[in-house]
Amino acid sequence: MQSAPESPSQAAPSRAIPFYNDPKKRAILFQIVTVLMLGLLAYYLLSNTLANLEKQSIATGIGFLQKEAAFEIGESAIEYSAADTYGRALVVGFLNTLIVSFIGIIITIIMGTVVGIARLSSNWLVSKLAGIYIEVLQDIPVLLQLFFWYAFFYNILPGPRQALSPIMGVFLSNRGLVFAVPAAHPVHKYMAIATLVACVAIYIIRRWARARQARTGQPFPVFRVSLALLIGFPLLTWVLGGAPTAMNVPVFSGFNFKGGRNISPEFTALLLGLILYTAAYVAEVVRAGIQSVNKGQSEAAMSMGLKPGLVLNLVILPQALRVIIPPLTSQMLNLTKNSSLAVAIGYPDFVSVAGTTINQTGQAIEGVALMMIVYLTLSLLTSAFMNWYNKKTKLVER
Amino acid sequence: MDNTTTIDAKSSVKPPVSSVGVVGWARANLFNSWFNSILTLLTLLLLWKVIPPFVNWAFIDSLWWSTSAECKAAEGACWSIIPAKYRYILFGLYPYDSQWRPFLAIIILIGLLFYSRNRAHWKKSLAYAWLVGLILMGLLLRGGILGLASVESTLWGGLPLTLLLSVFGLTAAYPLGVLLALGRQSEMPAIKSICIIYIEMIRGVPLITLLFMSSIVFPLFLPEGVSINAILRAQVAIIMFTAAYIAEVVRGGLQGMATGQFEAAESLGLNYYQTMRLVILPQALKIVIPPTVSQLISALKDTSLVVIIALYDLLKTTQTTLSDPDWMGFSSEAYIFVALIYFACCYFMSSYSRRLEEELDTGL
Repeated sequence: MQSAPESPSQAAPSRAIPFYNDPKKRAILFQIVTVLMLGLLAYYLLSNTLANLEKQSIATGIGFLQKEAAFEIGESAIEYSAADTYGRALVVGFLNTLIVSFIGIIITIIMGTVVGIARLSSNWLVSKLAGIYIEVLQDIPVLLQLFFWYAFFYNILPGPRQALSPIMGVFLSNRGLVFAVPAAHPVHKYMAIATLVACVAIYIIRRWARARQARTGQPFPVFRVSLALLIGFPLLTWVLGGAPTAMNVPVFSGFNFKGGRNISPEFTALLLGLILYTAAYVAEVVRAGIQSVNKGQSEAAMSMGLKPGLVLNLVILPQALRVIIPPLTSQMLNLTKNSSLAVAIGYPDFVSVAGTTINQTGQAIEGVALMMIVYLTLSLLTSAFMNWYNKKTKLVER
Repeated sequence: MDNTTTIDAKSSVKPPVSSVGVVGWARANLFNSWFNSILTLLTLLLLWKVIPPFVNWAFIDSLWWSTSAECKAAEGACWSIIPAKYRYILFGLYPYDSQWRPFLAIIILIGLLFYSRNRAHWKKSLAYAWLVGLILMGLLLRGGILGLASVESTLWGGLPLTLLLSVFGLTAAYPLGVLLALGRQSEMPAIKSICIIYIEMIRGVPLITLLFMSSIVFPLFLPEGVSINAILRAQVAIIMFTAAYIAEVVRGGLQGMATGQFEAAESLGLNYYQTMRLVILPQALKIVIPPTVSQLISALKDTSLVVIIALYDLLKTTQTTLSDPDWMGFSSEAYIFVALIYFACCYFMSSYSRRLEEELDTGL
């Protein structure tokens, strides 16, 4: 088959190569055939679908978003009633997904870091316990864990009358978690503004300090000043606002708690399950990241006379984070995607609300497409961020 | 001579009691600094608070072979739910008298897995053994020949369904994933973009949306009168999902191949198909065996999601058991039992994957 040309002169373009032996032409042909076949398949499925939809008289398009939803949603961040539209119901679901993911991500990172460091601890007991935690929770499906926590709330915890109170002002019962919050006061709004102002100030100080250090070589205690600003500004506002200390403490009356902040068992179970599961993975990521930094790095930094805090800040962390951040982001994305399992325990997240919408309108294609688009957008945004980050922290090699 | 005697004398001096034995070990590993000492004491306190009550609940006050009425009166764990209901939890709605068949199928699967553990057995005959084994398992479940009563797939459930979905899922997803990975590395723009779109789209959405798609959208795609059973549809969704992840794993292996390998194959006059089959894939796939095993673990855990589209896998049969009024409220016991099954499967695979990683590490 693959005989060499008899002599170089005969390999001249005088003899035309048949198109099926020319890799370039063959590639084009191959691609045309593939695209055509995919197109035909799509056309076949589409025509079937249209025929089926017509036969079952299901409407198409996203007009249903404007119709009245006529179902209640257990918890929502914005005002919602059954008289609102499907569109608004889906927004409520989307916000619920964002809320549970956001809180989950923050706690997971903290907990995963603690467990990851514990895994590396020189303390045998702590290290082994962290190892057991990581191994066990990674090997049990997250859905089973969610069911377990949900059943824990419903079957094992007592009713609100005998609610457990691990810390003063916090009550655990089969109606969920209730805890005391500061009573509403106008100063809270100003405290939030003060925090924002502090953040902006910190940003400006950081830039100024960096420029000054580059110019004069004098360091500035940015961390301590930032911390003081972040705590001091809101505290000052609070004192100026009359230092209100009234608390809105939950009290048991009738059949349930009144006052305080109530978190539903669904939300708590979902959050707990997601955090415990994902934290096991994050712990492994953190451990790998810390171990990836060569011991010589910290020794070199110390021999240059850097203090332990600076060694961590300037030498270890920048190198460990480069290893940690990419898999960490994908774990965060996993948490967000796993939050869709809320549908199994009745927390009204986006998938759950979209599922109800599909059941009521029968518009399955639009509903499932919406679910996919929402999660796809989230993950595309995350990977865009990742690419930007990777580019920024890429090792510049000589 | 002098030197050796001094060394002997030195080595015969015993180390202090505080640095050997239990005390020495504890000093080195638990109390080597004030911070670690506090940490150890706090951890011990926590364990003291947690473990004795748990042991009490799970072993001392627990009931193992009682009726549900006795359980409801008792304080401790009610493990009796498992002897009473294990047949249903493990095999679901499968006809009671024929449940030895799925049991046998699981035994075959476990036997094959154990046999494949040893890398010395990785020959062509093993592939045939798997093929025969899988067909045999399918026949055992389905019946209809050799005097076995035929069992509708709607009645399949429990552990066999879970294992079926994950093992078949991975087996079918693997070649598809390899094709997708090759497509993604291809130089043909149309093929490359189709593969990238597919992989990124599937990896961007949760499995549950794909399962919804298979259970409620897919029937709309089919022409009138044609229907595919629910298990197969879920299986296709799992295959499509797993294939995208396998593709990324394989891509990692392909990118790890040195350019010299491609060039050497080309200079030998091999064409694309030969290069891939004889040179690149055997090496690339070997590198990615450990992450592939992790994919199998994820696939096994992910099959539990079919609960949401109401297939009777291991988790769903457990839930159904718990809605039986006799055994309502003993969810912890049942869930712990199922969690142990999942844990045993996953732990077996992940420790195997670690061992393989060590064995296959060629130091490159």
